Amino acid sequence: MAESAAHFDIDVDGGVLKLVASGDWRARFLKQIDNRLRDFADDSVGRDLVIDVSGVERLDTAGAMVLQRTFFACTQRTENSRIIGANDAHGALLAQVENHLAPCHVSPVHPNAFMEMLRRLGVGTMDAINAMLELMSFIGQTLFTAWRVLTRPSHFRWTSTVHHMEEAGLNAIPIIGLMSFLIGAVVAFMGAKILRLFNADIFTVELVGIAVLREFGVLLTAILIAGRSGSAFTAQIGSMKIREEIDAMRVLGIDPMEALVLPRVVALVIMLPAIAFIAAVLGVTGGALVAAGAMDISLALFAARFQETIIINHFWAGLIKAPFFAFVIGVIGCFQGMEVEGSSESLGQRTTLSVVQSLFLVIVIDAFFAMFYLEIDF
Amino acid sequence: MDKSAKPNVIEVRDLRTQFDDVVVHNDLDLDVHSGEIMGVVGGSGTGKSVLMRAIIGLKRPSNGTVRVFGDEFYEADEKTRLSIERRWGVLFQGGALFSSLTVAQNVMAPIREHLHVEGELAQDMAALKISMVGLPPDAGAKYPSELSGGMKKRAGLARALALDPELVFLDEPTAGLDPIGAAKFDELIINLKESLGLTVFMVTHDLDTLHAACDRVAVLAEKHVIECGPLEEVRRADHPWINEYFSGPRGRAALVAKAS
Ligand SMILES: Nc1ncnc2c1ncn2[C@@H]1O[C@H](COP(=O)(O)OP(=O)(O)OP(=O)(O)O)[C@@H](O)[C@H]1O
Ligand SMILES: [Mg+2]
Repeated sequence: MAESAAHFDIDVDGGVLKLVASGDWRARFLKQIDNRLRDFADDSVGRDLVIDVSGVERLDTAGAMVLQRTFFACTQRTENSRIIGANDAHGALLAQVENHLAPCHVSPVHPNAFMEMLRRLGVGTMDAINAMLELMSFIGQTLFTAWRVLTRPSHFRWTSTVHHMEEAGLNAIPIIGLMSFLIGAVVAFMGAKILRLFNADIFTVELVGIAVLREFGVLLTAILIAGRSGSAFTAQIGSMKIREEIDAMRVLGIDPMEALVLPRVVALVIMLPAIAFIAAVLGVTGGALVAAGAMDISLALFAARFQETIIINHFWAGLIKAPFFAFVIGVIGCFQGMEVEGSSESLGQRTTLSVVQSLFLVIVIDAFFAMFYLEIDF
Repeated sequence: MDKSAKPNVIEVRDLRTQFDDVVVHNDLDLDVHSGEIMGVVGGSGTGKSVLMRAIIGLKRPSNGTVRVFGDEFYEADEKTRLSIERRWGVLFQGGALFSSLTVAQNVMAPIREHLHVEGELAQDMAALKISMVGLPPDAGAKYPSELSGGMKKRAGLARALALDPELVFLDEPTAGLDPIGAAKFDELIINLKESLGLTVFMVTHDLDTLHAACDRVAVLAEKHVIECGPLEEVRRADHPWINEYFSGPRGRAALVAKAS
């Protein structure tokens, strides 16, 4: 291979530069000589040049391009400047690439790094503000669509809603139940260890009951649903957006809000409280089993104390939050899906954003509820 | 069919492909000789794209053999496959550009990957291909989502030609191009064939392309190749679909265009 790789020599023949090319001038052999060729071209601007290609064994478009580029970098085609010695096939190739030597842009051009940083800062800020506004408007649109569908129930997509209830709700029950069970058990363990120091083992019941009913059951459910279904919504709607399916729906007179967004949001709003309930039950069960196993609180005692001390308010305090979480997760999942543009990269970014934003908002809303409950003594 | 002296670049024997129990091809034989442009025609849904996918290793046949450059692709080891893949270029029906890369980066992708060429040389090579397929230089910096349908086709073709392949697969390359662009495209393919000895497997509905560019034509119907040969011969074959295809108004118009 080595002896036939692309190679060139420079001669001076009566004031005319002569470049004698030989060997295999196909793309794979060019990188060894490309820099030297460029240097040569830079040094010989404006001089007459004859390129002799009779020694070239093989040539492809890349090789022809490199030869023509060198030729035109040095000189215009004149009497004294020629490419000689090409056989028919090579001549045809050289002629073919001749008109296609203009360089092209590789990526969108940006000014210097500092300006670029400023630009990105500005764009980022504006994007954040716009995203807020657009999210608001999207929430408004969703509510408006919901209202419109309420007044015209025949427009509601039952099949799709039930499908998403199964997909996002029912199928999530095993994993959420397991997580909640384990969290209940962990809380009981932690509590038992500390409370025993004060001889107050029995308060484990309150600890588990209040923590799981008020916070952990519903929060855990919301977090898992955001990771599991919020991201799925974004990916589904986003890939439809990329393939112009959303546009197709619009021109067919199908409202994507009605056909895609509403069923998903409604499905979550119905299913998340139900799953949160199951999660709460399993969380308390986990706590009770640990209490029975690791401490001397029998299941009967646990149940009795639970009934006695845990008022129903704790249960409602947790469950009331569930539809709000569900709404936020559903709306953000769909919103980010609709915001996907063009590339698969954007799809990935939006999916990440969807999960991060809905988790963030879920926690913020949870904090608001905590403050609110505190004020009204709920 | 096998009497030709030229070696077969593609050799398909007894091919059977199916999706679950829907059979797309059955007992399909096809040869593509070295250095020829083979046009594959057939009604919509007769399995032209699936045939192409079966040949390029994306749809494993349930029966039969596919040989490309003499090697049986589906039986070959990793190394052989890679070396075969390096020698062909593929233009998919939908363009199949990488959406997160610009056009120029799309064209540079195989150059970087297979030739390990970077920097200015890679850019020059990409620019050449982009210009050759008739895209303006500023298209290089655009993302696929910013291109028109025809421009996507051209960009896909530029990427397919990036490595100067010996064999190119084109799925409806001229669909979505304006007639002038389509004629230029025919010219480009013929030029490349002559200067590089390119072999082309081209799925097309474009009768003008068939007349202008294709050395032989294979007609797909009833799950196999019903006719294969030079256009003149195929046209005379007695089959309802072929008759309708070539003697319909478009078929006649293309013939007139060719004659003038
Ligand atoms: N992934 C798939 N799963 C199931 N069936 C498929 C799949 N891809 C193609 N088919 C079926 O195979 C048949 C052939 O499809 P193919 O895409 O090859 O058609 P074609 O000849 O290329 O048509 P066109 O000219 O419209 O592009 C069609 O009937 C199609 O429904
Ligand atoms: Mg097709």
